[in-house]
Amino acid sequence: MAAHRCNIFMLVFVLCGLTYVLVRAEIEDTNHVKDAESVAVDIAPKANIGASLRSTKTEDQTQAAEEERQWEAETNPVDAPSDNKADHVHDTMQNLDSRPAPYVKDQTQEAAEEERQWEATEVKEADHVPDTMQTPDVPPPTPAKDQFQEELVIRPLHSGDIYASFQFRTMWDTDFLRGSKVSHYRLFPKSLGQVISKFSVRELHISFTQGYWRTMQWGQPFLPSPPGAELWVWFQDTVTDVDGAWKELTNVLSGIFCASLNFIDSTNTVQPSASFKPLGLGNVTDQRFLRYAVLPREIVCTENLTPWKKLLPCGSKAGLAVLMKSEKLFHSSFHSQALHFRPVCQDWKCKSTVWELRQTLNVVFDLHTSGQGKREWSLFKMFSRTLTEACPLASSSKVYVDVTDNPQGELFELSPTTPLLSQAVVLGDRRTYSVYDLTNQATFGQTRSLNMLLRWRAAESGDMLRPLLHGERYVAGYGLQTGEIHTLMYNNHPYRAFPVLLLDTVPWYLRLYIHTLTVTSKGRDNKPSYIHYQPSKDRLRPHLLEMLVQLPPNSVTEVTMQFERALLKWTEYTPDPNHGFYVGSSVISALVPSVVAMDTNSTRECPLFSSFFPCKEESSYFMRVYTEPLLVNLPTPDFSMPYNVICLTCTVVAVGYGSLYNLLTRTFQVEEPSPGLAKRLANIIRRLRGVPLL
Amino acid sequence: MGLLSDPNRRRALTKLLTRLNAPICVMCYLAGVAWFMGLAFEPFTLRTYMSENAMGSTMVEERFPAGERALATGREFAAHKKKVGGMPVDWLVKTMQSRGLEVFTQSFTRKLPFPDENKERYMVRGTNVYGILRAPRAPRTEALVLSAPCSEGNNNNQAVGLLLGLAQYFRSQIHWAKDIIFLVNEHDLIGMQAWLEGYHHTNTTGGDWSPLQGRGGSIQAALSLELSSDVITSLDLVLEGLNGQLPNLDLANLFYAFCQKIGVLCTIQGKLQRNDWDTTSGYSHAAQTMMLMVLKQASGRPWGDHGLFLRYHIEAASIRGINSFRQYKTDTTTIGRLLEGMYRKLNNLLERLHQSYFFYLMPSLSRFVSIGYYMPAFGLLAVILLLRALDLWVQLGASPPGTEDGVAGGVQVSNGPSSPGVLSILTPVVISHMTGVALYTLPILSQEMAVQHFPVSETEAVVLTAIAIYTAGLALPHNTHRLLQGEGTEEGWRVLKLVALLYLAVLLGCTALINFSLGFILALSLVPIAAFITPHTPKALSAAIMVLLSPGCTLLYCVFVFQELQETPVSLQDGWMLFLSVISQGILDHALYGSLVYPLLALLIYPCWLLLWNILFWK
Repeated sequence: MAAHRCNIFMLVFVLCGLTYVLVRAEIEDTNHVKDAESVAVDIAPKANIGASLRSTKTEDQTQAAEEERQWEAETNPVDAPSDNKADHVHDTMQNLDSRPAPYVKDQTQEAAEEERQWEATEVKEADHVPDTMQTPDVPPPTPAKDQFQEELVIRPLHSGDIYASFQFRTMWDTDFLRGSKVSHYRLFPKSLGQVISKFSVRELHISFTQGYWRTMQWGQPFLPSPPGAELWVWFQDTVTDVDGAWKELTNVLSGIFCASLNFIDSTNTVQPSASFKPLGLGNVTDQRFLRYAVLPREIVCTENLTPWKKLLPCGSKAGLAVLMKSEKLFHSSFHSQALHFRPVCQDWKCKSTVWELRQTLNVVFDLHTSGQGKREWSLFKMFSRTLTEACPLASSSKVYVDVTDNPQGELFELSPTTPLLSQAVVLGDRRTYSVYDLTNQATFGQTRSLNMLLRWRAAESGDMLRPLLHGERYVAGYGLQTGEIHTLMYNNHPYRAFPVLLLDTVPWYLRLYIHTLTVTSKGRDNKPSYIHYQPSKDRLRPHLLEMLVQLPPNSVTEVTMQFERALLKWTEYTPDPNHGFYVGSSVISALVPSVVAMDTNSTRECPLFSSFFPCKEESSYFMRVYTEPLLVNLPTPDFSMPYNVICLTCTVVAVGYGSLYNLLTRTFQVEEPSPGLAKRLANIIRRLRGVPLL
Repeated sequence: MGLLSDPNRRRALTKLLTRLNAPICVMCYLAGVAWFMGLAFEPFTLRTYMSENAMGSTMVEERFPAGERALATGREFAAHKKKVGGMPVDWLVKTMQSRGLEVFTQSFTRKLPFPDENKERYMVRGTNVYGILRAPRAPRTEALVLSAPCSEGNNNNQAVGLLLGLAQYFRSQIHWAKDIIFLVNEHDLIGMQAWLEGYHHTNTTGGDWSPLQGRGGSIQAALSLELSSDVITSLDLVLEGLNGQLPNLDLANLFYAFCQKIGVLCTIQGKLQRNDWDTTSGYSHAAQTMMLMVLKQASGRPWGDHGLFLRYHIEAASIRGINSFRQYKTDTTTIGRLLEGMYRKLNNLLERLHQSYFFYLMPSLSRFVSIGYYMPAFGLLAVILLLRALDLWVQLGASPPGTEDGVAGGVQVSNGPSSPGVLSILTPVVISHMTGVALYTLPILSQEMAVQHFPVSETEAVVLTAIAIYTAGLALPHNTHRLLQGEGTEEGWRVLKLVALLYLAVLLGCTALINFSLGFILALSLVPIAAFITPHTPKALSAAIMVLLSPGCTLLYCVFVFQELQETPVSLQDGWMLFLSVISQGILDHALYGSLVYPLLALLIYPCWLLLWNILFWK
């Protein structure tokens, strides 16, 4: 039994370690710092033994008994996870052999994915989809199989707010690349499948966000996204006209999601060289096939949510998606919906790939505006719905509640209670979750509906661990001629420095003075080890600046750059020019030392043998932080007075210029005084007579 | 222009202009003054109206209920303030946090160039506390500011209480689209300056402040609240900011609209609006209100904490609660509702306030005079300078024999035969400006020396040095002539006067474009002397007139007029003391906030006046 448990943890940690190695190798490739990667893999088993023991120690007797039951339920998940582990090892070897780290995986996703895997086996009776994972030893060649999983993670935040994150994963087993026309769709949405196969998309990541994630209050999100719309796509290397495909793809996506993605054009598209690596399988990292664009101004509302919901196999009719009522989702502090499409391995040998569509929806509900002033949350209060069933098509359907800070129930009270607990290392921190399995009828109890209630005991929840990395950005200066963009990056780690990749995309109408670029930390110049700068072209492409900067421990690094505000042509102004022009968020990607590793100096009680070597395999995790978008005012003519302007200019030209021109070009001579009327008459008569004039 | 290309007609025209020059100038001057005084007459002004659509037609309901609680918070704040003996930073941070705001502090220190005797401060050390209400689902790109100063003594406690009450109430509402920053600033304008410079990361005046930790994007509008009693009789709106900048008129309209809607008495310049415009007293009331605004604007100093926002293109105003002996009182809940309504409307803004006027004068809160109406008054004064210049030009052109053409003659004068003339005008110009530079720099530089040698305080030293240099400048003509080679010619003073006239015209024109009031007041006093001063007028009388109309004396009159208009007349003695403190305040405003009136007067206007003084004593 203990062996199984060990196995599971081992698996998790090995995966973490591998991810770390991959990401690390990638960064180091640019950083030119060599490190012994193999150490990570070696130490892995030691550390996870310690971790598993630690976990058993902390449970008290009754809980342990319950857990026993739980562990019994999954007596033979060994093969599946070990399969997975091997597959990743295999994968890693390949990658390490060929070229440095072709893919960077977010450890969160990895861990969550893993979690789901071993729990999926636990409930295999309820599975509708034939699952080959259960069969031990030899994975037979499988027929096309699609799979759907859904989950909801609820994390109570220290501010009293609550964070709910939905994840839906649809696996699509097809091979549209080899030219075989796909006409049959089971779980995968057809509208998206057709688009993806038409444009030969290898990876597609799109997010719509309304609001800004408050890292300092809420901690790290599971999947970060910038305010507005973000789209980045890796095309297959068979695509010849990438720009054309990108243009068409954005227009089609714009139609699918009812969003203004059609405003993506060459002036806001960039090809980052290092910040956005493929997250799925594959070893093409040539940035020619990558396109990245952000629309910071995009406003997300119900018309974007509805098409997003329609992509789910159950729609919003059953399963977790019934909770998504827009009047509640948009009565929140933060709303973000995203869609990630990427290739992943089908089995442990990774002979073939399947396509994974992951739809996520993150929402944070605000305690203060939700009224009543009571510090409590329930599914009904959040979504004005309760759960009654899982999606019948889902192979797994779970609700997780983060109870890490609440092991004894002293912080808040959770009802109904659930015997299932699971642990995962999420964003470098070891978290414990209560799990509600919706495929199990017992979860719903007598009332046939699940309405979790979370009631705070203490009026003040304890202090949150400060996020190790966060960023800020603002425009400095005044007046409409020049300005300065300041980007602040905080490293809150007490003793470790780590490198971050900063990606800045600035529209062409802010003319960056790149010679004024300064990077300072702790009052000293901090020289970036890698700079990739692509200057803008007026009306064609934006500025792109990527930098690899080492952040010293416990410091603020400030990147400043001056710019000049361009004067646009009068047709180029938006209909509301006095609102200002948006500059998209800058992206900070980093490998952050994990909180678990930070814990080595015995602040928490743990076995001595587990904590001697710094646990390298989980010492870093990948993290992406988006800063605020900027609103910059450009010099704006007074559009309400074109008439006056026309009148004035015409007058100036006609009177001023005309007469001055006259004065300058004419020659003056004294004119003969004109003859009188009588004389003129006389002259006319004389002319008629042919006599010389007077 | 056909008129000008015909030499005969041109001759006729110039003859007319030169012959009738003096009457035309007098006419223009009188017409300018009359025009200006007519601006306050109600039928000539426009009624204010809301130009911004986003704030106009949309309805908001004001439901702020917690006035009493806000007052209780204010009392609590007062108690903590007394206990700490200054800004109760910890209490404020805790209170704002408990209201669900993100709270940050900023500390600043500032050493004044010389002690400020009005407010008794020299080394200023303080802390600003501000809390940001994060708008739900907003990306931190726009913000509104509500500020209340933490003043000495028992002032403004109610304002801080109401600010905290509003913060709590606003926090529970979902409809905010812009972040709202609640700021409590210490040491009024110095704290505000530190906060604004920190927010925009600029440093214009060499202050020392700690960088800000939290921001809310670009600030769209700001209100500063001053409230020192539990009930008030009226609310006063203060618009005049640094360097005479004014917020967009729509902000005043918004305030007025809500005062009307909620039924609060509202004033501007502390004067209520009157309906009897057709009576003499009604007219003089409006004229007084407008004159007060002109004087305040001309002073170039911020008349409330809002004044510093305007530099950053943030529309801002101060709202001041006034408690007089009137019967009808308004309670805090009502003021809270008024502010709620204003913020709800500002929150609805899609663009910055830009639809309405930025240049205006207000004879009452519901009437305004736009730039198109008041500029002619200044134009009529400025045209006198141009007419005189034209007259001189023609005279200069006519004097050399053989040139019929005025243009050719003028060119000859400045370039050809009279090169001593050029030198003779260059020397006074340079020397006057050097005096100006001395006036600008010496008072602050020499204060230590003055304190050592004379029994005066630093502030007195600065002011008295300034006055001494100013007066010393009057001796300039005698010294200038010693430097000159030979005698000044008749032609020399004409050239000098021509230059001085054009210089003054450009100077006043530019000033009036930026700060109409300052330009107009200076024009009122400087134009007559500039127009009619010659070396041939009776020396003693002219000199007396010139001194009486010099910029310094103008300032003195303004002080008296201002006190008179505010219905707090002062005796000569007090007026003089006030005059001295105004000078020190002007120098301080320049050093602390970057007000431009003092450098303008010292470096440009005063030298220009010295040029005219020079002409009077031309030999």
